[in-house]
Amino acid sequence: MAALTDLTLTETVKGLRTGEFSSMELTQAYLERIDQLEPKLHAFISLTPDKALAQAKAADKRLKSAGDKQLPPLLGLPIAVKDVLSVEGIRATSGSRILENFIPPFSATAVQRLLDAGVVILGKTNTDEFAMGSSTENSAFGTTHNPWNLERVPGGSSGGSAAAVAARLAPVALGTDTGGSVRQPASFCGVTGFKPTYGRISRYGLIAYGSSLDSVGALGRSAQDLAELFSIMAGFDKLDATSMDLPVPDMHLNADVDIKGLRVGVPEEYFIKGIQTEVEEAVRAAVSELENLGAQVRQVSLPHTEYAVPVYYIIAPAEASANLARFDGVRYGLRVESEDIIDMFKETRGSGFGSEVKRRIMLGTYALSAGYYDAYYGQAQKVRALIKRDFEQAFEQVDVIAAPVAPTTAFTIGEHSGDPLSMYLEDVFTLPANLAGIPGIAFPVGFDSDNLPIGMQLMGSHFQEETLFRAAHAYQSASDWHTKAPAVG
Amino acid sequence: MNLTIQEVERIADLARLHLTDEEKERFREQLSSILGHVAKLQDLDTAEIQPLTSMSLECTRLREDQPGESLSPEELLNNAPDAIKQQFRVPPVLDTDNHS
Amino acid sequence: MHPEFEPVIGLEIHAVLETRSKMFCDCRLVASTHEQPNVAVCPVCSGMPGTLPVVNHAAVEYALRVALALECEIATTSIFARKSYFYPDLPKGYQISQYEQPLARNGRLKIDTSQGEQTIRIRRVHLEEDTGKLTHLNEDGETYSLVDLNRSGLPLLEIVSQPDMHSAKAVRAYAFGLRSILRYLGVNSGNLEKGFFRIEPNVSIRPVGSRTLGTRTEIKNLNSFRALERGVTYEIERQTELLLQGKDVVQETVGWDEAEQATVSQRSKEDADDYRYFPEPDLPPLVIEQDWVDEIRASLPELPHAKFKRFQAEYDLNAYDAGVLVADEAVADYFEAVVAADAPPKLAANWISGELFGLMRQQDVGIEQLNLPAEDLAGLIKLVDAEHINQNTAKEVLEEMLTSGESAAAIVKARGLQQISDPEQIAHWVQGVLLGNPNQVAEYLGGKQALSGWLFGQVMQAAEGKANPRLLRAELDRQLEELSEGR
Repeated sequence: MAALTDLTLTETVKGLRTGEFSSMELTQAYLERIDQLEPKLHAFISLTPDKALAQAKAADKRLKSAGDKQLPPLLGLPIAVKDVLSVEGIRATSGSRILENFIPPFSATAVQRLLDAGVVILGKTNTDEFAMGSSTENSAFGTTHNPWNLERVPGGSSGGSAAAVAARLAPVALGTDTGGSVRQPASFCGVTGFKPTYGRISRYGLIAYGSSLDSVGALGRSAQDLAELFSIMAGFDKLDATSMDLPVPDMHLNADVDIKGLRVGVPEEYFIKGIQTEVEEAVRAAVSELENLGAQVRQVSLPHTEYAVPVYYIIAPAEASANLARFDGVRYGLRVESEDIIDMFKETRGSGFGSEVKRRIMLGTYALSAGYYDAYYGQAQKVRALIKRDFEQAFEQVDVIAAPVAPTTAFTIGEHSGDPLSMYLEDVFTLPANLAGIPGIAFPVGFDSDNLPIGMQLMGSHFQEETLFRAAHAYQSASDWHTKAPAVG
Repeated sequence: MNLTIQEVERIADLARLHLTDEEKERFREQLSSILGHVAKLQDLDTAEIQPLTSMSLECTRLREDQPGESLSPEELLNNAPDAIKQQFRVPPVLDTDNHS
Repeated sequence: MHPEFEPVIGLEIHAVLETRSKMFCDCRLVASTHEQPNVAVCPVCSGMPGTLPVVNHAAVEYALRVALALECEIATTSIFARKSYFYPDLPKGYQISQYEQPLARNGRLKIDTSQGEQTIRIRRVHLEEDTGKLTHLNEDGETYSLVDLNRSGLPLLEIVSQPDMHSAKAVRAYAFGLRSILRYLGVNSGNLEKGFFRIEPNVSIRPVGSRTLGTRTEIKNLNSFRALERGVTYEIERQTELLLQGKDVVQETVGWDEAEQATVSQRSKEDADDYRYFPEPDLPPLVIEQDWVDEIRASLPELPHAKFKRFQAEYDLNAYDAGVLVADEAVADYFEAVVAADAPPKLAANWISGELFGLMRQQDVGIEQLNLPAEDLAGLIKLVDAEHINQNTAKEVLEEMLTSGESAAAIVKARGLQQISDPEQIAHWVQGVLLGNPNQVAEYLGGKQALSGWLFGQVMQAAEGKANPRLLRAELDRQLEELSEGR
């Protein structure tokens, strides 16, 4: 019999319902595995075993006494939550010293919907500080190690969640994707990760980084698993004025998903030189597999792709510079005392923020400052419109766009620390989806010669998550890359 | 694109960030490099393009004017680094009104 | 004011929109002066991480009412913007306001001064949120500041005029007029002391005839209309003095010191923060449907200035009387009800602005709380007008009306307060007084005119206050005239 921690979400929920095992047993199994592997992986910032077991116990009580009553769909399922999402009563650090002891008095809407659906929260996972980074090396609480190779990064910023899922420390984990922060770590860790359309899932309770780019996403072992989560989390929230009031499809993917006639676009600008050969090969092979399953593949062009990095690295830092202004030591978080209020602000922020965060705040402040606004922020907003238009035009020809997630597989810890710009350039394939606000799903399509996972992403038109899930599920029904698990250590 | 140390200091001041001398120089270099890269946006002619100032495809979501629940003062001050008399305490702010 | 220089003044007014909940969250509105600190605060208005703003429908509606009353052009689409600066009472480190695309522009407000009617142009009207409140304490040798966030997030309307005013009086008229409009529209109670209506004049002077603007200063901390007038006057004089001495005016913010009755330099506006405005990504553009605008426009009440003109035309009141009555809509409505009950308008105006205002001030209530139905006041006024009672008696009757609730006629009848207009009776009293005070009469006839007043008083006393004063005066004059001719 498979270990409880090897079960998929669907299998887990079924097992809980039929009484094959209890939520306590399940939660216990995960907690034990976490105990065992955390010293090597450091996927978590905070673990909440007591709370988790209490939630599991309560879940079991309801599961036993259910009868014919309608039970919450995920009752008893343990999950992990990226530490930029608020969970009431549990500290939310955002990977930063400046929030090291901040305890939110409310939960993020997305989290609350899952809690209402009956989940058990194992803990808060590691993240680059304020979600700024592509490796989780920018966490103030130490980096997370890739379960496939402990000297490698898990990707970022949702590296903790990706590592946790890959190492079977949780069946699913919430993440956030502002410039690729769910898709890229999913790719580096060999798991599936989705980013919804901007506005699909409420941002209330998501500690803001780039307000027009942030989205709540999730990582898991399959598209089928994640589709369940999506249906529950998505939908209008009156606490978020940017959340869309549109119907959310009820997404239960079954085995016989048919993608005949699905038009798949392959963007020529994403297959540039500099991409790792094995990555390109694996992605092209996956596209061929889609074709075998009945999809029609054609080439598309997204001509402004090369401008995605500069556009993103003006807009995101600009918005972040304002979003992080609230961290001033007055009402919560770290305070470095001083007799002078301005010194208090400067010292608090100077010591509470790490280098990458400071860098981006400076960049953003500069881009918005008097005399520079038009040339930087103003211009970036215009080019962003061009990038969005590229996608809209492409989606007149195709239903989904297939592309690599990152130019390489997981790089080594410390490889990019000297040169922030080189790190930024790694994001070139994931940024465009955030700039355009479109959904994307990343899933494993192979391994390189170092046995490091290779991921591919499918991007869809606004609000077409269903198409993406179905396509990914079709691929996963005909392949088994997503079932591979690392032998940790 | 080369920032001067003075410009770095000005930005750090606007952003209320204390930087060490080492940080100032390091950031000066790094920001110059990054700004050099983003300068390529200037290559594009965007005269006819409307800036994408909102990612919300729908417009205008207004809230009904119904008062709801607030936090209790205890909940609000729970995370406060320093509070007294049911308020947040900070060093004396001498410039009496910074608001324009 | 110096003949060589012309003051040029624009006003920036911030009015709290008195909705039931805050601008971007559903905390209730609180008048901080009475409540405990930090009792109406939530994660949103305290700027906790992860929170988001959602616009209050009523705040937009109130803003539209004001903008339409000021004859502004309403923007079909307006944008909220982040205005960034660091301050302990600004929880997010930025204020959500409006910048390049405000809700409304290009309006006007007509004011009346001794120079006649003047139109002050409104540059823009926009929505924003209020900050928290900072207080400074010095206790046991320790100084520190305290932050109360009750006020944080209140809906504010910012109304900016063009620099079209040229005197402290005009400034006062404009501020007063705007305040009246806000009260008429039911969006703001106009309370300066509570900080719900804040006035910040921008003052500069320039040589008469010049078309360029001088350097301006901004005055803060004006907590009453009196302070407003004095502060502006002071600043005009101060700047005039500087220029006459050949010095420059420094562009700065000054605070009004009520105790010193002077302005004090606060901070140089040259060091003004770079606010780094950019469109608020957490709020979609505010689109105003034409239907809504039309609906609101149709529901606007008659506004103070229109009422002011109508009262002068319809009731033949002078500008002063009309102005006094229209300042408060409830008073204006009351006046019209009194007139509708057949009281002569001029008398009604006098009684309201005299006696009733005095009572309202004494009891610190509005006209509705006096419990004096308009018809009842009209009844009293008609008795005076018909000379059934004189003015003094009428005041006594009014007092009793307020306590007993009886009508004027009933009280006069019950207490026999009817004025006596019988010419023979009056002649008899006058005669009696003149005969009884020969010395005073002699002095009067000898040239001491003022004694006529004293004699009048004596007659009225003899008449127990009930003599018809007009007839008494005439009879007294007649008899005194007779005596002096007889000499």
